[in-house]
Amino acid sequence: MELKQLYREIVNEHNLHPSHKKDIADPTMVLNGVNPSCGDDITLQLSVKDGRIADASFNGSGCAISQASADMMCDLIIGKPLEEAKQLSADFMGMIRGTATQEQIEKLDEAAALSDIAHMPARVKCAVLGWRTMSEMVDKLNAEGPQEATAAGSSECGACADNSAAVCKKNCTSRRCG
Amino acid sequence: MSSYREDFPIFKGSDVIYFDNAATSQRPRQVIEAMRSFNDSCNANPLRGLYDWSVRTTDAYEAARHAVAHFIGAERDCEIVFTRNTTESINLVAYSWGLANLHAGDEIVLTVSEHHSNILPWQMCARRTGARLVYMECEKDGTLPASEYESKITDRTKLVAVAEVSNVLGAVNPIREIADVAHRKGAVVLVDGAQSTPHMPVDVKALGADFYALSGHKMLGPMGIGALYGRIALLEEMQPFLTGGEMIETVTRESATFAPVPEKFEAGTVNAMGAVGLSAAIDYLNGVGFDTIMRKERDLTGLLLDRMRKMPEVTVYGSEDPAKHCGIVTFNIEGCHPHDVASVLDSEHICIRAGHHCAQPLMKYLGVSSTARASLYFYNTEEEVERFADALTKVRGWLGYGA
Repeated sequence: MELKQLYREIVNEHNLHPSHKKDIADPTMVLNGVNPSCGDDITLQLSVKDGRIADASFNGSGCAISQASADMMCDLIIGKPLEEAKQLSADFMGMIRGTATQEQIEKLDEAAALSDIAHMPARVKCAVLGWRTMSEMVDKLNAEGPQEATAAGSSECGACADNSAAVCKKNCTSRRCG
Repeated sequence: MSSYREDFPIFKGSDVIYFDNAATSQRPRQVIEAMRSFNDSCNANPLRGLYDWSVRTTDAYEAARHAVAHFIGAERDCEIVFTRNTTESINLVAYSWGLANLHAGDEIVLTVSEHHSNILPWQMCARRTGARLVYMECEKDGTLPASEYESKITDRTKLVAVAEVSNVLGAVNPIREIADVAHRKGAVVLVDGAQSTPHMPVDVKALGADFYALSGHKMLGPMGIGALYGRIALLEEMQPFLTGGEMIETVTRESATFAPVPEKFEAGTVNAMGAVGLSAAIDYLNGVGFDTIMRKERDLTGLLLDRMRKMPEVTVYGSEDPAKHCGIVTFNIEGCHPHDVASVLDSEHICIRAGHHCAQPLMKYLGVSSTARASLYFYNTEEEVERFADALTKVRGWLGYGA
């Protein structure tokens, strides 16, 4: 798809009128993802119940592609089991790398429209920001277990005090240092 | 259309508008021909060979050193050290001069508008020596007020490191005045000349620079060749930056003595072909003349600023005066992220830079996370400026803001 057409038909709508750019009540986990070189900065919130993503949202700022991609991702993963969401993230990365099958790409629904980003190396990191943050969250939830993650939910964000810890349990807009 | 444009093969038959000259400039065929002629006639390892080709390579390399010295007003050729680029030149000073001469309690004075390459080496020095970084703040248009350098350069200041021209705002810093204050306080002055050497005549003596760094690729030369000017007295007392071949006098199993300046700082086989290209670039710039270059840039910048002023959605950073931009026009379009702006312009075959321009402290100071930057050079044309401005008026529409 030609770039201006991609913006016109897909990206602009999700960027200017996102459905999921908001806070959700009582998130299970909140994680900040940044592209330091572009200033894209999103905070993804997931509410997980019985191993399923009951709700998902994001906040933050960035280019239209990073914002639209995160919004489309939220559309797609709400209601999905954690493992399926993680697989969708892997499929999205695969699509950008050009290794995904047609079947995998079709499962990405509207986000499949971003496949042409593969030809724009400078924009790849914008498109994948939300997806890689979500995948990281699923890994953390699996490692810590939902209970621990919930328990840790009361702690303040250590993102800026500790460059290595970007896990924030509150709705923090601070960005990862460094 | 400018006749100089004919000298640049990349523009031939292309509709691409190249407005990213502050990142790197294009090369005229004269530069490539000089490098090809060197390659085809005498390429050998310089300095050591006892045969004709090596001697001629050495001569070509040293002639290039002389050309650089003359270009920036250095008194002696040995005050010019060839490096890869401005970044390496500044790092050479940071490691060889900074670590040996800075101590806890000393202050390094910079401006908030410095490129990262003139910030990070000093952060390294500060971490290792206990010296402190002090920032001079510019006005929003990039002007550095006298009160800043008069108050922040003190008896504690050991080094003042400042760019001659900001790579974001295009503002020219008052180097002579800053150096006068610094020298009165006994401080050493390093000038980052990456953005000034392509656009204006430079005289390191008149500026009062103790060190001066430049990159060949920003001034029509090839990538991978740059230079450091250092006052001979400073260079002579400094330890080598890198060690190895070509920079020694004698080596025993346990120790070595070093070659004199500048070879002391040029370890390993040097980029002789790059130096030849840089020398040809200097010849080319001198042939065009800085009067012409500055007039052309001012006219093109003036035209662009006039067009942009008529676009209420566009914010331009920097001076109102086109002569104070060095061809650099940094801007934002309301509601549009600069990366999206650059991408849609790319689909119109227009090359601009978007992001933080390796100047994050300045971005923070300006209160923006990123900006778009169009940077012009003398070979650009009015027609290109008009086409670019026409495209700018459509960007918001392409990004979904009304029609």
